[in-house]
Amino acid sequence: MPKVTVDGQELEVPEGATVLQACELAGKEIPRFCYHERLSIAGNCRMCLVEVKPGPPKPQASCALPATEGQEIRTDSEMVKTAREGVMEFLLINHPLDCPICDQGGECDLQDQSVAYGRGATRYEENKRAVTEKYMGPLIKTVMTRCIHCTRCVRFSEEIAGVDEIGAVGRGEDMEITTYLEQAAEHELSANVIDLCPVGALTSRPYAFEARPWELKKTLSIDVSDAVGANIRLDSRGREVMRALPRVNDAVNEEWLSDKGRYMVDGLSKRRLDKVFMRKRGKLQPATWDEAFKAIAKAKPGKSIAAVAGDMVDCETMFAAKSLLKACGSKLIEGRQTGMDYDVSNLAAVNFNSTFEGLEHAGAILIVGSHIRWEAPLVNVRIRKAVKRGAKVYVVGPYWDTTYPAEFLGEDLGVLNKLPKDVAEAFKDAERSAVIVGGGALKGAHGKAMALASDWGADFNVLHFSAARMGGLMLGFAQKGGMADIVKAKPKVLISLGADEMDYEPFADTLKVYIGHHGDKGAHSADIILPAASYAEKDGTYVNTEGRVQFAEKAVFAPGDAREDWTILRALADALKVEVGFDNFAQLQSAMIAEVPALGEEGLADYGSLPKADAKAKAEGTMSAYPIKDFYLTNPIARASEVMQRCSSELLHGGQLAEAAE
Amino acid sequence: MADRSPAPDTPELRERWGAFEFNESYRARADKAIARYPEGRQRSAVMPLLDLAQRQVGEETNTQGWLPLPVIEYVADYLDMPVIRVLEVASFYFMYNMKPVGKYHVQVCGTTPCMLRGSDGLFETCKKRGMKKGHVSEDGLWTLTEVECMGNCATAPMVQINDDNYEDLTPERLDTILDALAKGEQPKAGTQEPGRHTSEPANALSSLEAMVDENHDYRSEWS
Repeated sequence: MPKVTVDGQELEVPEGATVLQACELAGKEIPRFCYHERLSIAGNCRMCLVEVKPGPPKPQASCALPATEGQEIRTDSEMVKTAREGVMEFLLINHPLDCPICDQGGECDLQDQSVAYGRGATRYEENKRAVTEKYMGPLIKTVMTRCIHCTRCVRFSEEIAGVDEIGAVGRGEDMEITTYLEQAAEHELSANVIDLCPVGALTSRPYAFEARPWELKKTLSIDVSDAVGANIRLDSRGREVMRALPRVNDAVNEEWLSDKGRYMVDGLSKRRLDKVFMRKRGKLQPATWDEAFKAIAKAKPGKSIAAVAGDMVDCETMFAAKSLLKACGSKLIEGRQTGMDYDVSNLAAVNFNSTFEGLEHAGAILIVGSHIRWEAPLVNVRIRKAVKRGAKVYVVGPYWDTTYPAEFLGEDLGVLNKLPKDVAEAFKDAERSAVIVGGGALKGAHGKAMALASDWGADFNVLHFSAARMGGLMLGFAQKGGMADIVKAKPKVLISLGADEMDYEPFADTLKVYIGHHGDKGAHSADIILPAASYAEKDGTYVNTEGRVQFAEKAVFAPGDAREDWTILRALADALKVEVGFDNFAQLQSAMIAEVPALGEEGLADYGSLPKADAKAKAEGTMSAYPIKDFYLTNPIARASEVMQRCSSELLHGGQLAEAAE
Repeated sequence: MADRSPAPDTPELRERWGAFEFNESYRARADKAIARYPEGRQRSAVMPLLDLAQRQVGEETNTQGWLPLPVIEYVADYLDMPVIRVLEVASFYFMYNMKPVGKYHVQVCGTTPCMLRGSDGLFETCKKRGMKKGHVSEDGLWTLTEVECMGNCATAPMVQINDDNYEDLTPERLDTILDALAKGEQPKAGTQEPGRHTSEPANALSSLEAMVDENHDYRSEWS
C-alpha cells in the first residue's frame, strides 16, 4: 500500500492505483474526458494533468501514472491550473460553440469542465475544423464536429460490448470516429456510447431535440424489458416519459443498459389502452367501469376464476390478484404463459445462484439453451468479463454470435448426458464455475444440468427473461402442470394481468378479462379490457432472475381512464362481493410482505440451498431455436415502440431506413 | 496533408477487387510475417500484410499500388481481425495509399529544411510535367504528393519515389531522374550531389571538428 501526499494530505492508496484514483480518494476532483472507471486507460485527452514529485518538472497525466510510495501530488498549484486551462483551450479550438442547439447541453462534461477549469475566452482566430456526420444506426445520432477524440466509444465497443465496430480512422487533425463504412452499430448495448460520450458528438437519435435535462423529473425505476432488472432512471416531463437512463448498480447492471430497456419508452405513449372496452356482438366497444364490473359479476365465477400474470407485472399486482382469487376460493394462478411447468418446490433450483457479479469470477461456464445476448445482454457482458479473465465457455444450443470465444456443442440437449472429456476437465479444473440454463432448455435439461453442476461443484443458474418471473414464483404463480392445469380447470373467468404471450384459444368459453396497458395480443383476445398502468406509472416491487428484490417508483400518471392495477383488482373484489383485506397501497404491500417476507427487503432473497440433484437425470430433446425471435420486439411496450420497430427492421431484418416523404 | 479517406465503396470497386487474394509468392511472404509473432497474436502482422497487399495491387495495376476497401477487408479476414481495426492502421500511415496512384508516386518533402533548400523549385518541376498534388497524371505515370519531413534534412531537398529516396536535388537533377524513370530506367538512389556518398558533410567539416578522431566534451565551451 503506497503512501502518497495529495495537496499536503497524506494517505494510503491501494496497490496498483493510479495518481488520479489517489486524488479521488483524497477527495480532490480531477477533470477528465477520456478516463472512465470501466474502460481501459487511454491517456489522450490530457485533461487530468497534475503536478507530481518526484518526476519531470512538468504536469503529468494522472490517469495513466501509477501511484508510488512517497509521491507528492499537487492538484492546486499554479502549474496545474495553467495546464488545465491550456488543455481546455486546445480542446475547444475545434469544438463548435453550438451549445444552444446541442442535446448534450446541461449534462455535458465539456461544458461543465470548461466553466470550472477553462479560461474565460479563446484566443484562437483561425478556421475551426468541421467533420461530416457519420451514420451509426437508428439509435445514435452523431454530430462529429463536436468530437474531442476521447475514444471512450471505441473502447466501449471493443472492451465491454465485444463488437469491434467503432474506430478512429485518419490521424492528427483528420482523425475521425466512425463505424466501418458508416454501418449501423449492431449490438444490444450500442446506445451506451451515448452516455459515455463526454460531449454532444454521440447523442440519442430518438430523443433528439425533445427536452433539456433540467426540465425533466427524474424517477428511480427498474427496467422490465428482461429479467436482469437493470436499475434505471426515468426522465419524464408532464405526463410523458422522455427517456430511460441507466443508474449505477455494480451488482446488477454496472452502469449499462440494453438498447431495448432504454428505447422502448416511446412505446409507453403508443397503442395504449386508455378506456374500458367490452366485446359486444363480437366487437370491442368502449364501455364504462361500472358496465365492465357488472358484466364480470354477472358471469358469477364463484370459485371458477383464474389469473395469468404477464411478463412485466410487479409483485403488488400479482399479490392483489392472488388475494382476489383467494377470497373467491380459487388457487388458479400462473405466470409461465408459454406453458412451462418446471418444478418450483424449491426456488433455488430456478434462480440465478452465482449472481451476476459472481459470474465474472467463473473459470468455466456452460450455457444450456440460452441466447444470452438477446435474453439478458447485460449478463453477456459479465460472461465476456469472465472470458477475459480466462474462463472457457461452452454452449449447448443453436449457434449465436457470442462476443467472446465459445465452443458450441450442438443443438441436441442429449450431449449433456455424454459431454466431451475436455468440457468436464475444464469444469473440474476451475476454482469457480457456472452452469446457466435458459428458459428454452428448462423442459429438457433442467435436471441434468443441475446434476452436472452439483457433480462439478459449479453454481447452478437459471436465466429467465421475464421481469415478473421470480416475483411471480415467490408469490406462488405456478401450477404443477403449468398453463395446462388452468386450461383443464375450465375457469368461468380468466383474469389476464397483461399476459400477451399466452395462447387464449383454449379459453374460448371463458370470460377473458384483460387488465393491461397495451393493445397487444392479450387485448385482442379479451372480452373485457380494463386499462391499467405500465411499469412507469405505478410503484412496484420486481425480483430479477438472481432473486434480487428491487423497488421501482411511479414516474408519470397512466393515460386516460387507466388505473393502477391493484386499484382495479380492489374494485373488482367489491364487484364480486369478496373481501381482499386491503384498501390502499400500503396495506397491500404490508399484506404481501407478511405473506412473503423476502419481498419486503431490497437485495438478494434467500431461497435456501439447492435441492439434491437427481444423479440419474437425463437430458433429452433438441433446441432448434431460441424462444426469442426478435430481440427488439419481445414485449407489448417494445412492440408499440416505433424506435424498437425501426431497430428490428433495420438491424435484424436488413430493411432500409424508412424516410418520411416530405 | 492529403485526403486519407478510403476510395468510395462502389459496385465497380467491389467487382474489380472483390476477388483479391494473395498470389503464391505474396502469400508465402505474408505467412512468414505472421509467423514472426506468437500464436494468437497474428494481428500484429497487419502492417506488413497491408504493405504486401499494396505491392501486389501495384503489380496487378502496374502502379505503386494502393489499398481498395475489398483488399483491406481481405487482410482483415486473413488475420481474423475486425476490419475497422485494419482501416484504422491503413488510414493512419502515410505509406499506405488509400486512393489509386500512378506508376511512380512522387512524394516531395515540403517541410522547413527542404523548403529552405529549394523544394518549391521541385514542385515547379513536377508541375511542368503535368503533375498535380493528389492526382494521377494523365499518362498514368505520376502521382504527386507533398509530404512532411522524411528525415533527410542533411541532404535536403529530397523526393521519395516509390521505394527510393533522391536527395540533394535541384530542379535539373529531378528532371533527369524523372526522365530516366519515364524511360523505364532505374536512376541511382540517394544523394545526387557529385562526390557525396551519403549524408556526410557536403564540403569540409564545419562543425564538431574536434570530434573527428576522438570523443570531445564541448560542454565547457558553451557560453
